[in-house]
Amino acid sequence: MNYRIMGRFMSLIVLTEAIFMLPAWAISVLYGEFESARAFAVTIAATVIVSVLVYVCCKRARIRFYAREGLVCVGLGWLIMSFVGCLPFMISGEIPEFIDAYFETVSGFTTTGASILSDVEAMSKGMLYWRSFTHWLGGMGVLVFLLAIVPASGKGSGFTMHLLRAESPGPNVGKLVPRLRQTAGILYLLYLVLTILCFVFLLFGGMSPFEAICTAYGTAGTGGFGIKNDSIASYSVYIQNVCTVFMILFGVNFTCYYLLLLGKVKEVFKDEELRLYLGIIFASIVLISINARGMFSSLGETVQQSAFQVATIITTTGFATTDFDLWPTFSKAILVILMVCGASAGSTGGGFKCGRILLLFKALKRDLRKTLNPQKILVVRNNGQMVNEKVLDNLHTYLIAYVFIILISFLVVCLDGESLTTSMTAVISCVNNIGPGLDQVGPTSNYNMFSVWSKIVLILDMLAGRLEIFPIMILFSRNTWRKMV
Amino acid sequence: MKVIIAGAGKVGTMLTRKLLLEGYEIILIDDDQQVLEVCTERYDVMAVQGNCASMETLEQANIKKADLLIAVSGGDEYNLLCCMTAHGINPNIHTIARIRKPEYGEQIYKMQDVFALSMTVNPERQAALEIDRLLKYPGFLRRDTFARGRAEMVELKISEKSKLCNVALNDLNGIIRSKVLVCAVRRNGIVSAPDGNFVLREGDRIYVTATSKELTSMLKNTGIITHKVKRVMLCGGGKVSFYLAQQLAKSGIDVHLIEKDMPRCIELSNRLPEVSVICGDASNQNFLESEGVEQCDAVVALTSYDEMNMIISLYAQNYNVEQVITKVDHTDNSKIQDALGLGSVICPKELCCNQIVRYVRAMENTTGAALSIHTFADGQMEALEFRVDDKTLHIGDPLKALSLRKNVLIACISHGKVAEIPNGDSTFALDDRLVVVTNGDVVLHQLNDIFA
Repeated sequence: MNYRIMGRFMSLIVLTEAIFMLPAWAISVLYGEFESARAFAVTIAATVIVSVLVYVCCKRARIRFYAREGLVCVGLGWLIMSFVGCLPFMISGEIPEFIDAYFETVSGFTTTGASILSDVEAMSKGMLYWRSFTHWLGGMGVLVFLLAIVPASGKGSGFTMHLLRAESPGPNVGKLVPRLRQTAGILYLLYLVLTILCFVFLLFGGMSPFEAICTAYGTAGTGGFGIKNDSIASYSVYIQNVCTVFMILFGVNFTCYYLLLLGKVKEVFKDEELRLYLGIIFASIVLISINARGMFSSLGETVQQSAFQVATIITTTGFATTDFDLWPTFSKAILVILMVCGASAGSTGGGFKCGRILLLFKALKRDLRKTLNPQKILVVRNNGQMVNEKVLDNLHTYLIAYVFIILISFLVVCLDGESLTTSMTAVISCVNNIGPGLDQVGPTSNYNMFSVWSKIVLILDMLAGRLEIFPIMILFSRNTWRKMV
Repeated sequence: MKVIIAGAGKVGTMLTRKLLLEGYEIILIDDDQQVLEVCTERYDVMAVQGNCASMETLEQANIKKADLLIAVSGGDEYNLLCCMTAHGINPNIHTIARIRKPEYGEQIYKMQDVFALSMTVNPERQAALEIDRLLKYPGFLRRDTFARGRAEMVELKISEKSKLCNVALNDLNGIIRSKVLVCAVRRNGIVSAPDGNFVLREGDRIYVTATSKELTSMLKNTGIITHKVKRVMLCGGGKVSFYLAQQLAKSGIDVHLIEKDMPRCIELSNRLPEVSVICGDASNQNFLESEGVEQCDAVVALTSYDEMNMIISLYAQNYNVEQVITKVDHTDNSKIQDALGLGSVICPKELCCNQIVRYVRAMENTTGAALSIHTFADGQMEALEFRVDDKTLHIGDPLKALSLRKNVLIACISHGKVAEIPNGDSTFALDDRLVVVTNGDVVLHQLNDIFA
């Protein structure tokens, strides 16, 4: 294990984070919130000093960077990044308990949006900004950001592919252009442009710039932290619809946007994952509208509300406009299934990913046909191209790991004695980075009642869900820390 | 510039590494998914899986936007078809193909336009030419020319008996009574740039630049024997052997070629009537002895196994053969080669890569890139030739007033037809050619990069 190069990466990650904390500090100063301004200033100063020291110590690192270092870097990086991110909450005393502050920050970075706060509006503006910003940074990934800005250091720049792969969601991560740095740059540029668009549309709806930017961050990262106690519910129908559309847009694989820019419109609309994703959304809206029509006064409102809930759940955002916990069971069941389904691979959304479900179904179909004709050679195709058997194997492993994590976490969380629905949906909601669940963790409530142990489990679940399980699991493997494999 | 490399074999990956360092965008094509996976892990490139000669694959690799295609896949025919197809899709593309079969040599030369080739490379032929050059100027381990042949860089090994052993570099020019510059010394596998107080020791390899005239007098005055090679033994009957035997026989040298495989021997004997082809196992010491290895002026080990080549070279040295040349395909074990003292080592793949890199640099010549590039000591050291243009800084300033980057040395300045080994008072003018020596860590894109 090459600890020095990892130290270098860690210090760079934390340093980037400190730089991104500056706007939050500025906002605190602007609104005259000296307590939180002080908290940000202390955090930034301490972080910069420590990270520069670590960087200097690790300067003479050998550029030897393999899959193991890549995965551990991502896992540890996110743990440390969340630790630094939670310091302002603690120092300012707005969230005094460490575990609560850490939960809130992890929930932010992993774009979960599960909160332990019962009164969001009591928070200072600076803290609210920082809370929402963690969504934006976590949505595309901080390492991807680093890859985009840190100059490729000649030798060994190729090793950083491990980082991109570990942090970008999806079964097979590819590059858009030959250079990794440009790929990361394009991703962030698309992300930025879409976020700004969202911000502008929200401004038109009469939001104040502060509210608009926080909501745009929450939408872009598909996070879901609101700045009001009732999330998006008190805003106009226009703003809710803007959120619906942009949530769905951010749940699309970013490669599609790049292809659109290149003028390959046909290819984009032939993409099987995109079709499945949009198909699921459409079908869910129709089914819920029919099932839950009694809850609303007009057809328009029914469709609008069900569209918002479907979008917020499938993209794993977690904004709320209505308490869907009161909806009929069938509608709730659809929402729970959407929670597991998740957005597209290569988007900012979480969940199991539509792309994986598509491949799993194709593999299932193939294997069924194979039982009838054992000698027949059948390949699985995606977008007309053969899918490597190794990808399918990895997919099955991923599915098993995913199911086990949910089951084990469920068991531990159940020790708290909450209802089965609460415990199960809390776990599902955290692993898939959604935010709200059902019952006690429904859209109108929060996660504060859980014990410390449950919170730790849920924190790990959120990280595992965001980083696609393996980078977190690997941290707990003894083999990882051995000198020789 | 966007470069597509078809074929991710040894040459393909070596090229990828070198061109990446120079800052090009690279797309790799290969039909083996596993090889590509390894490459994308190690290098910052994009990979396309498929048959490199098919239009579909080439289009996937975005051939329309590419500036250069380098076809170095397994088969000559693939490479040719690949270049022709690429040219059909994108008429502006430059194409380089590796063609190794001797049978194609002539038609490729005559039909370069038909095949739409900008350049062909033949690693085996190039290696043969290189060995031929070494055999004709014995005493050097390696020899490269610059400035249209007016300046040379040679690699010398300091032996125990050499006049240069235990001599400080300051006193060097006095002893050999000629003006040369020692650019680098390789001791125990590590290359360093020496200063005047550096004392040469036994076993050092030194890299010397000099004008061609000075070099001849240096040879005389150091007592490096330069009697002509008359009898050469080639071990192994591969492509390099064939080209080399052909070349040597032309200049009237007595060539003995040893090959294990009978049908191949017959074929070689048929095509090389002046060469005596012997069927036998070159790794057998007794056999070599019976074939008169002791009477040979030079032994060249050219079998397809690096290990066997090294052993053959050690035998030959044991018999006090004056010049021993070893062909090596894997460059990763250069430390062992130094320790064994194998004499000259030739790596066909590296020669081929260097030639391609030179072409690529020349393509960018409009921006002031190097005219030629030579790598030494397994890429630990590079010598680059630049032309001074109107954008170059410090024209007319004496060298002692300039501050150059660390590990960069101006080894030669050629003004028009005169080459000069520079000292502190030397200057350069417009249109002069400079040879700059640097260690492999520094990438010099243009001449102005040498200034600190």
